[in-house]
Amino acid sequence: MKEDFRFGKRHGAFLFVMLMLAAIPFMGEPFYVRLASRILIYGLCALSLDLILGYGGMVSLGHAAFLGVGAYTTGILFHNGVQSAWIVWSAAVGISGAAALVIGAISLRTTGVYFIMITLAFAQMIFYFCASLEAYGGDDGMAMWSRNTFGGGLDLDSPVRLYYLILVALAVAFFLSRRLVDSRFGRVIRGIRENEGRMRSIGYPTFQYKLVLFVISGAAAGFAGVLLANLNGYISPALIHWTRSGEILVMVILGGMGTLIGPILGAACLLLAEEILSGFTQHWMIFLGPLLILVVLFGRGGLVGLATRGRYRG
Amino acid sequence: MNASLLIVQTLNGVQLGMMLFLMSAGLTLVFGIMNLINLAHGSLYMLGAYFAATFQKMTGSFLLGMAMALPAVVLVGILIEVAVLRRLYDHDHLDQVLATFAMILFFNELVSILWGPQAYFMALPEGLGGTVELLPGIRYPAYRMAIVAAGALVALGLWYFIMRTRVGMLIRAGAANREMVGALGVNIRLLFTLVFGLGAGLAGFAGMMAGPILSVEIGMGESILILTLVVIIIGGIGSVRGAFVAAILIGITDTVGRVMLPPALASMAIYILMAAVLFWRPQGLFPAAT
Repeated sequence: MKEDFRFGKRHGAFLFVMLMLAAIPFMGEPFYVRLASRILIYGLCALSLDLILGYGGMVSLGHAAFLGVGAYTTGILFHNGVQSAWIVWSAAVGISGAAALVIGAISLRTTGVYFIMITLAFAQMIFYFCASLEAYGGDDGMAMWSRNTFGGGLDLDSPVRLYYLILVALAVAFFLSRRLVDSRFGRVIRGIRENEGRMRSIGYPTFQYKLVLFVISGAAAGFAGVLLANLNGYISPALIHWTRSGEILVMVILGGMGTLIGPILGAACLLLAEEILSGFTQHWMIFLGPLLILVVLFGRGGLVGLATRGRYRG
Repeated sequence: MNASLLIVQTLNGVQLGMMLFLMSAGLTLVFGIMNLINLAHGSLYMLGAYFAATFQKMTGSFLLGMAMALPAVVLVGILIEVAVLRRLYDHDHLDQVLATFAMILFFNELVSILWGPQAYFMALPEGLGGTVELLPGIRYPAYRMAIVAAGALVALGLWYFIMRTRVGMLIRAGAANREMVGALGVNIRLLFTLVFGLGAGLAGFAGMMAGPILSVEIGMGESILILTLVVIIIGGIGSVRGAFVAAILIGITDTVGRVMLPPALASMAIYILMAAVLFWRPQGLFPAAT
């Protein structure tokens, strides 16, 4: 913590939201716990995308790839008898980070629309690679019938325990992201977003900065994949389908790009809308599509932008 | 692996390449002239197939169905352009990706409401149900041969239109430098609506041709859309010639790869090809703008 830390309005709000979220399991509805778990996991994934998208200015249309790498690592290790969370989770985060390193090192040589397309191409490669893993279910994917354990009798088989773990993970990720974007590193990254050429001529190795951010983002998305595999107990290539990358992108924009709370709000909004509207009609996407177009055309800044009307920009 | 299988697979590759060319010719021009990423191009392909299947059922004739479906798709394309895409030209690529992604969701749902979620099957056109003997001992489905021929004809017609007519010249000029063409007094908006309608027609045509050999279903546009994007990136954005070369290249790589490479590598082959092209020639093989 900084020396001049003061308990301000924003910390109060943060604490309040955390308490509300922590109270969800006390409603006694397993359905709500599961829904909230999914929202928080996608919130984490969208948050990781926003680091490169909102702060780094890199439009990736392949972020689901890292979600998939994390989930598949978890599933493959499970089917080979490795269930220890310590091993599985570090392996999954490590492998997602390594995948992001390779993909980023190649993709970041391009910019603009070419970057969008090359990230999409890499995600498709990983999609087809996972779909061709016949030993692990091929197109159908694989089941994971028990969750990872921490040893010493501490397992995640209770949905409530898993939910609290996800909540803590998201809170930690949020806190770390806050520190990251406020750090010197984060300011350099924002400088690169505004004008990369200028940053380079001041002497910053912009490529390396962007690559490091890309790896952090990929590793965090991989961790979201681990959590998702544990929650669903099921891993399939559908996780990596390009429309999933599109949905994660939608979450970030809907909530507010370039803010940390925005992506989480966006994930909550999209998944809740899906849950509520699909109760009325199975054709709820017919409303979502035009709504999204309106948000793109008129709602600059997403929900956060709407709520603050330009008073705050992270 | 014998020679006749290789020949048949190569022909299949050319056939897929023709479909991809029909898809990418319009998209690459839209991309090149207005700098617009249109993910909803696959939806026009899907609508083309659904329209053709419906009109074929109504009229009992494949050709008649096609003749009715084609203007319908062009109309939908122009409607999309006027209602939504026109507003997106000044926005950045991110907004375009999102808005057109939202359009995919919308059209998929619309089709599911209008036609129901189950897949449609289109009958082969009259007289093209059999096979033709290309070389002694090598038979090939007549309908697939017809697709290759139709694709080649359209490619020729498009080449004539773009290289030999006045409007085509303006389109080429627009792809190379939009502002300059606008400054010379050309109504670039009208030109673009025209190009978009043309692209919609070609995408719809590809969907109609694909109808009898694939099943007509929701989401059929998305798999071909991704391949189309790969084609226009490899070919160079805005270049119809590049799109043609890349489409055939991708078509053959994909189908021949499936018999010659291990399955995991085969389905990844074209994406590896694209990543390699972007790595060594970031502007694609035939960049339109210099």
